[in-house]
Amino acid sequence: MASKYSNLTVSAFRRENGRVGVRNHVVILPVDDISNAACEAVANNVKGTLAIPHAYGRLQFGEDLDLHFRTMIGTGANPNVAAVVVIGIEPGWTKRIADGIRETGKQVAEFSIEQNGDFETIRAASWKAKDFVHWATELQREECSVSELWVSTKCGESDTTTGLGSCPTVGNMYDKLLPEGITGFFGETSEITGAEHICQKRAINEEVGERWYKMWKAYQDDVIFAHQTDDLSDSQPTKGNIEGGLTTIEEKALGNLEKIGRTSQFIDILEPAEAPGQGNGLYFMDSSSAAAECVTLMAAGGAVIHTFPTGQGNVVGNPIVPVIKITANPRTVRTMSEHVDVDVSGILRREMTIDEAGDDLIDMIRRTANGRNTAAEALGHREFSMTKLYRSA
Amino acid sequence: MTEIPHLLVHEQADNVGVVVVEGLTAGTDMLCCVTHDNSTFRLTAGADVPIGHKIALKDLKDGDTATKYGEDIGKIIADIPKGAHVHTHNCKTKRW
Repeated sequence: MASKYSNLTVSAFRRENGRVGVRNHVVILPVDDISNAACEAVANNVKGTLAIPHAYGRLQFGEDLDLHFRTMIGTGANPNVAAVVVIGIEPGWTKRIADGIRETGKQVAEFSIEQNGDFETIRAASWKAKDFVHWATELQREECSVSELWVSTKCGESDTTTGLGSCPTVGNMYDKLLPEGITGFFGETSEITGAEHICQKRAINEEVGERWYKMWKAYQDDVIFAHQTDDLSDSQPTKGNIEGGLTTIEEKALGNLEKIGRTSQFIDILEPAEAPGQGNGLYFMDSSSAAAECVTLMAAGGAVIHTFPTGQGNVVGNPIVPVIKITANPRTVRTMSEHVDVDVSGILRREMTIDEAGDDLIDMIRRTANGRNTAAEALGHREFSMTKLYRSA
Repeated sequence: MTEIPHLLVHEQADNVGVVVVEGLTAGTDMLCCVTHDNSTFRLTAGADVPIGHKIALKDLKDGDTATKYGEDIGKIIADIPKGAHVHTHNCKTKRW
């Protein structure tokens, strides 16, 4: 059924595989921690490129290694990225990541440091990066449907105002745009604790609901209870949450789940950093509730815009995905407005309805897709945090 | 609504509400609004309570369940008079 959201368009980049991106980065991607320096040198040589240094990539194995590759390949494959230079210490894993990104059809070049040294690697990679920048900067935005956007969500530094205002704002956006065909991501497995009975019922059918519950229970048993040393009272809720008035994980979870609105149902469950495979709709990604880790995983899964409700004022950003900050807390608006993209504090004063706030967010999603830099982009927040499952060999 | 509410409550079934103004002082005659149906009532704040923190809507006893969003959000671990501050000192998770 047509609605006032049916014909919304944005001006964005159509990639080789048909996906729509809202940014046009040339990324210099290290395979491993010891290739960060070479990547940063290339990014320093060639303006308009973006190095994404990180902490891992050596001696990982099993499921943890799979997640590393999925995160690296997914980051390079994200439609907000025009082209990628991959640099690793040795050619084997470097090629594996480069080939994984190449499946999107985008331009990728790989370089390895052993038997070349940093100098030679940086020289060769800089030439290629410069070619990519010339090519990418001539790409033109074109009119694309809003329905083609993949939009993720995760909240941070939550307080009681997130459950009253900013999370329902995101939920209202999903209730309006998911029927139009967008793809959505939510997650934060540990932070559903206390609302798991409600979340399970929001699955599209019983089978997906049961799989979701098993995944949530496994996280409880294998991660939380396996490593628990106290009642988690300083971790979930966090000190910031408690300062903001949240008392228990149940209270936090119920507010968190407001992000999927009143009518939205999730159609499948994703591994961390996994790309959706069941067509458009809402997906739950098994993920940490730590802001930078979660946004990084969802970006690697293919999200091109992230909507981030905050109460006390989380300042997180991401190197390749614009993070839109939404707050309903008037104190946060007063004390740290440089971080706020969408002010919905009118909800608390009963001057603004959730429906109006949802429309304001949709408008900000469109403006961001069209090129408006978010607060996090303007302030240089580029947190890229890999999720690590266990110790390396 | 011309007057700005001091306290918001999610559902009629809730026994706690959230302070949504800065600088609330004890003795304030609060305008309270239930967001689910926009109904209003008044309650006197029993303490200075910071924005975002919760206030008991009725007398709560040790062992009671705290209800918000119409759902169980934890157990009350001390007697709390109506209008008083509800937080980690008198309310605790049932989960861990």
